[in-house]
Amino acid sequence: MSQSAEAYPRSNFSSWITNILARYTFMIVLAFLLFAFILLLSGKDPIQSYKDMFTSTLGSVYGFSEVLLAMIPMLITALAVALPSRVGLINVGGEGQLYIGAAFATWGALTFQDLPAWVLLPLMMLLGMLGGALWAFIPGYLKAIGLVNETITTLLLNSVAPKIVGFLIFGYWHSAMDTVKTANFVPAARLPTFFGTRVHLGLILALVLLALFWFFMTYTRWGLEMRAIGGNPQAARRNGIPLKKYLITVMCIGGAIAGLAGMSQVSGFYGVLLLNFSIGLGFMGFLICWLAGGEPIGILLMSFVVAIITTGGNMLQLTRDLPYATINILLAFTLFVVLARPTFFEGKKA
Amino acid sequence: MTNNTPQATTAKEPLLTMRGITKSFPGVLANDHIDLDIFNAEIHALLGENGAGKSTLMKILFGFYRADAGEIQLNGKLIIIRSPRDARAVRIGMVFQDLNLIPAFTVAENIALFLPDLKAVLNPQEIDQRINEVSKRYNLQVKPQAMVSQLSIGEQQKIEILKLLLSEARLLILDEPTRVLAPHEIKALFGILDNLRKDGYAIILITHKMKEVLECADRITVLRGGRVAGSLLRAEASEDKLVRLMFEKELSGLKINPKSGPESPAPVLELRDVATNAEGAGVSLHGIDLRIHPGEIVGVAGVSGNGQRELCDVVLGMENCIKGRKFLYGKDLTNQPVQTMRENGVSFIPENPLTMASVPFMTVLENMALTQTWRYARRGGFSMDWQAVKADVDETVNKLGFTINLYTIAKSLSGGNLQRMVIVREMTHEPRLIIASYLTRGLDVQSTIAARQALIQARENDAGVLLISEDLEELFTLSDRLLVIYGGKIVGEFKPSETDIYEVGHLMTGSEVKHVTKR
Repeated sequence: MSQSAEAYPRSNFSSWITNILARYTFMIVLAFLLFAFILLLSGKDPIQSYKDMFTSTLGSVYGFSEVLLAMIPMLITALAVALPSRVGLINVGGEGQLYIGAAFATWGALTFQDLPAWVLLPLMMLLGMLGGALWAFIPGYLKAIGLVNETITTLLLNSVAPKIVGFLIFGYWHSAMDTVKTANFVPAARLPTFFGTRVHLGLILALVLLALFWFFMTYTRWGLEMRAIGGNPQAARRNGIPLKKYLITVMCIGGAIAGLAGMSQVSGFYGVLLLNFSIGLGFMGFLICWLAGGEPIGILLMSFVVAIITTGGNMLQLTRDLPYATINILLAFTLFVVLARPTFFEGKKA
Repeated sequence: MTNNTPQATTAKEPLLTMRGITKSFPGVLANDHIDLDIFNAEIHALLGENGAGKSTLMKILFGFYRADAGEIQLNGKLIIIRSPRDARAVRIGMVFQDLNLIPAFTVAENIALFLPDLKAVLNPQEIDQRINEVSKRYNLQVKPQAMVSQLSIGEQQKIEILKLLLSEARLLILDEPTRVLAPHEIKALFGILDNLRKDGYAIILITHKMKEVLECADRITVLRGGRVAGSLLRAEASEDKLVRLMFEKELSGLKINPKSGPESPAPVLELRDVATNAEGAGVSLHGIDLRIHPGEIVGVAGVSGNGQRELCDVVLGMENCIKGRKFLYGKDLTNQPVQTMRENGVSFIPENPLTMASVPFMTVLENMALTQTWRYARRGGFSMDWQAVKADVDETVNKLGFTINLYTIAKSLSGGNLQRMVIVREMTHEPRLIIASYLTRGLDVQSTIAARQALIQARENDAGVLLISEDLEELFTLSDRLLVIYGGKIVGEFKPSETDIYEVGHLMTGSEVKHVTKR
């Protein structure tokens, strides 16, 4: 590993990290300042609201565990966007891939109920990944043969996937009591949780995947070739890097990761496959990935922030009588500030 | 070197004087107190190798850059040029290296866009008439209603010049205008410039070709390393003198050993009756028969856009043949992917190193590994052996005599350095077939010699070379055999000793001389 570091003469690692932290912190503070105006306009006390928001999330073990729980699908779906983005693919289809992955995993959970957990859970993960990968293969292949842009196909397929899941639930899988969901999973099909909270194994999975992603992109031959494709596809092809193979494979891996997020939601969070169980988890991942510039550390930070905002937002809705839509305004401000990238950061960076 | 500015030539005042122009970019002093006088009715050549500061100086004059220090006077009055708009207001015009016409517009529309007195409602007849008047006077014949996309580069250049004339520029700056022209087109251009001079226009010609300077300039200023190395009148100048001003030291020439032994029977590369489909705005190839033997440099002459890129791409495996077969050392590799060709020892130096060969945001070292990732992958691909990359690159660098910083980001390299990077990469690992497209474009004279020397070295190691160029001098010096490509077909094949640049030039432009094939 020390050898490859040579290709990156990074002057000072710790100053680089501090820089990134300072950068993101400042941007988020700016977003919160802007949102304070909205709160004032609607007659709420911003300081009190923010206090509520932070005490409810970071002020207690329970609150913090809920933040971690909310982070899990964000981390995984963000990664499902970050990986394809490295070869220049824009995967807006995390949502659809997540649904199909969840459906495949659910099939496993319902069919092989008698298997022990140590066989069943890996099997469900594989199935979830397979489902997501198959769903992503369609846009990946169409892109590679130069027929349709992947942004459009992934986006359109998003509205198809939940319908398929609905068809499966209504037609075959619904429980005796309820037509909009399957029977509850057996305990062996549930991801284990930690310390009596709802945080499940999916968090570890997500963090391991993030670390793997970083290692893969930085040190391996395939990471190098992928960065070459992302940096200049024409040159990469002329240099003998098989572009089409990469486009299809990377898109499928991205889909597999999103499928894993679906598996982790049904197996870890719900323990059952619900109709329309995800409202925009895939899109949230997309947002986080772009906020973070596709960097693993950024994804971790931004997921944390967005998780605080959404979990804290639920609380605000209850205590401060704020409509949930205002939380979307705060999210939008965050997005706006990060994408606008105030110029004084550039000076700091250099 | 003393600054021997001509003084006694004429008593007339200069049209434009630049005094003490200084401009620095991070890490580079591009212009260092440059003084320049431009007179009416003269062609002033600005000569210098790449990076000498010619383009920077002219971009300051045309308002693209602001000088850090120095002043510009026009007719003795101080002027400040903040933008190209200001420059045009004082009747300075510039033709850029890469022409700036809108292909989907007609000639007249392109010119109209540039007219200073364009009315809100256009009067096409009037515009056509004005174009015709000026174009007749200066022998710049164009059809005002022709689509620019249908015109050759030479014709497009005429339109650029017309544009400036109609916008009433008095001082014309031409940046490397001959780069894309065939020999007889260059002659025609010089004829046009001569007429303009007689009518009192001042012309600045940026170039690094000495012959052209001596052919048409009245006054020559040589820049070197951002400074004026000397300023001469045409009568005082000679090729030797200019070379000394440009480089300070004598250049070592190119060493070509005559080829030894008879041609080996098995060609490195053989194309048999290859044809391709045109892609996008490209050209389709028809009936290409091509053989390159070991230790042979085959030159391909042609005006760019006549199928050279497609020919390279077919050989490299980027584009598929719809007809015909391709053999490498007798092995049929028709329509095999680029990777296979690369693994079989094919190297490619493309016409544009930035867009076609390098990944801008990677370091030079990473770029060096890209064509051969399998060679440097360790532990089944989970790590890369950067030491080995560096060792290989260092070896080639030493052989070629280039210097290259391995840890800079490719994007920050100048065009010439980027080209050097690509040449080093493609010459590593003893390639068996080298496709070199516009090998020396953007290189200064010293690097040009080194790059050509590298090709000759490769030839001595029995590699085959396909050399594509517009520089006929280069082709005649290096090639063992010379092909001419026009409209996607090979229209002539010669030994360089059996032809001359005019015959080749006419074939290149598809003009009157009938297609001949001398074997």
